[in-house]
Amino acid sequence: MKVLVAVKRVIDYNVKIRVKADNSDVDLANVKMAMNPFCEIAVEEAVRLKEKGIASEIVAVSIGPKTAQEQLRTAMALGADRGILVETDEALESLAVAKLLSKVIEEEQPQLVLMGKQAIDTDNNQTTQMVSALTGFAQGAFTSGLEVADGQAKVTREIDGGLQTLNLKLPAVISADLRLNEPRYASLPNIMKAKRKPLDTKTPADFGVDVAPRLKLLKVEAPAERQAGIKVGSVDELVDKLKNEAKVIS
Amino acid sequence: MSILVIADHHNNELIAATANTVAAAQLIGGEVDVLVAGQGCAAIADEAAKLAGVNKVLLADDAAYDHLLAENVALLVKELAVNYSHVFAPATSNGKNFMPRVAALLDVAQISEITAVESADTFQRPIYAGNAIATVQSTDAVKVITVRPTSFDPVAASGSASVEPVSVTVQNAGVSEFVGEELAQSDRPELSAARVVVSGGRGVGSSENFSHIYQVADKLGAAVGASRAAVDAGFVPNDLQVGQTGKVVAPELYIAVGISGAIQHLAGMKDSKVIVAINKDEEAPIFQVADYGLVADLFDAMPELEGKL
Repeated sequence: MKVLVAVKRVIDYNVKIRVKADNSDVDLANVKMAMNPFCEIAVEEAVRLKEKGIASEIVAVSIGPKTAQEQLRTAMALGADRGILVETDEALESLAVAKLLSKVIEEEQPQLVLMGKQAIDTDNNQTTQMVSALTGFAQGAFTSGLEVADGQAKVTREIDGGLQTLNLKLPAVISADLRLNEPRYASLPNIMKAKRKPLDTKTPADFGVDVAPRLKLLKVEAPAERQAGIKVGSVDELVDKLKNEAKVIS
Repeated sequence: MSILVIADHHNNELIAATANTVAAAQLIGGEVDVLVAGQGCAAIADEAAKLAGVNKVLLADDAAYDHLLAENVALLVKELAVNYSHVFAPATSNGKNFMPRVAALLDVAQISEITAVESADTFQRPIYAGNAIATVQSTDAVKVITVRPTSFDPVAASGSASVEPVSVTVQNAGVSEFVGEELAQSDRPELSAARVVVSGGRGVGSSENFSHIYQVADKLGAAVGASRAAVDAGFVPNDLQVGQTGKVVAPELYIAVGISGAIQHLAGMKDSKVIVAINKDEEAPIFQVADYGLVADLFDAMPELEGKL
């Protein structure tokens, strides 16, 4: 079974972001970039399926700038067999990304598509569900458990208040939640080996997809700063402040 | 302008976030209809009809919509959307699950988790774990939007709208099937709607030690939350996670216990009215957002706090 895994290049999750002085966007100049953490979990799940003999080939796909090759090499160092970069310097919206991924899926015909549930830059949480709608593949969003057998994927999903289990007919698109697995680190020999794995580069035009934005970003601002309050010296003082100053307990 | 709000419900109860979403929809100006889709959900439709300012409630009662399976609900909403300029849903696990599908089927963008309505086509939403606020304007004919419930005060239950069955033919995509659910049993208030939340972090140390958190929470009638570190360590179930990828809460009082205050956690609670931090590390970043900070060992402070409440 072929597995396709989509990865996104984003700002490293440890970096504290800054808003540009002209409020046009977040400043990404000279900032450390990395694979989106949820995408790492998706790659790990694909690799585990291959180790179990369920997946036969793992194709990693990224849509982004030329430098997103780094994230595809990371995916290949972790165990993906080859990579496809759909190269664009535009920051594409989820719908455009979903359309491009759907075209890649049409060409590659995977039985399972694994993605992260959201990217930590735009926090949209949309692309997996859109890919599922556009391809007609079954949808398993926010997945924390996955079993694949007999042409079906049994997914455990994180929902408000607990967990839900669904049976999906393959082919299916699945988005990884935090607790699906704990991703491994790539070993040095595997990082070296990944440099020789095949990586194809395409463009949105190759797929004939209209990627024009639907939304205008009018401005980006820093959130209102919360002022640090005071330190209290004891539990008594804390209870007194909550009762008599903040008046949030009685 | 006419707005369709998709109600969220679970276990025969209307999810409270639906009332916040109706409030957000009313800021657009125009008639607000509510869709209740599900199986055996007539009582929920009656409850939704009481939401103040609702024009009418559409009821789609069919096995295909049981458990709000994303594939089927999205097909239904897509058919209904032709009559509306906006489609809103709460950014709950159900809303996040089916709304992007609705957008894709309509060939429009989705705007996720809005926190403010500036005009009928312009909205604010947090990005980068709430470390920046983007103002975006939609150029699409239909605006498909999920709403962060804590950013809008809910409408009252003082209305009396009519309930009508939908005329759209039932659709079943037939690709997914509900197997079961494991829901946490709790008498405490629901985390995202609670007036007071007491959360524990890695510093709590173990699942047993979380009793310190539960005891203070019960004294205050509070919900219990947790940081990602506490959830990853297995101290509490994952639906208690507060943060960028967990629940977003904005209670009147948030008490963070043994939580250092990573930006991903702050993203989920920094809009709380009053924040209390209890941590033995006085350098912990949580103190930078806390109104009241107590530098103390939680194992001394929490039993004392419980005794004095």
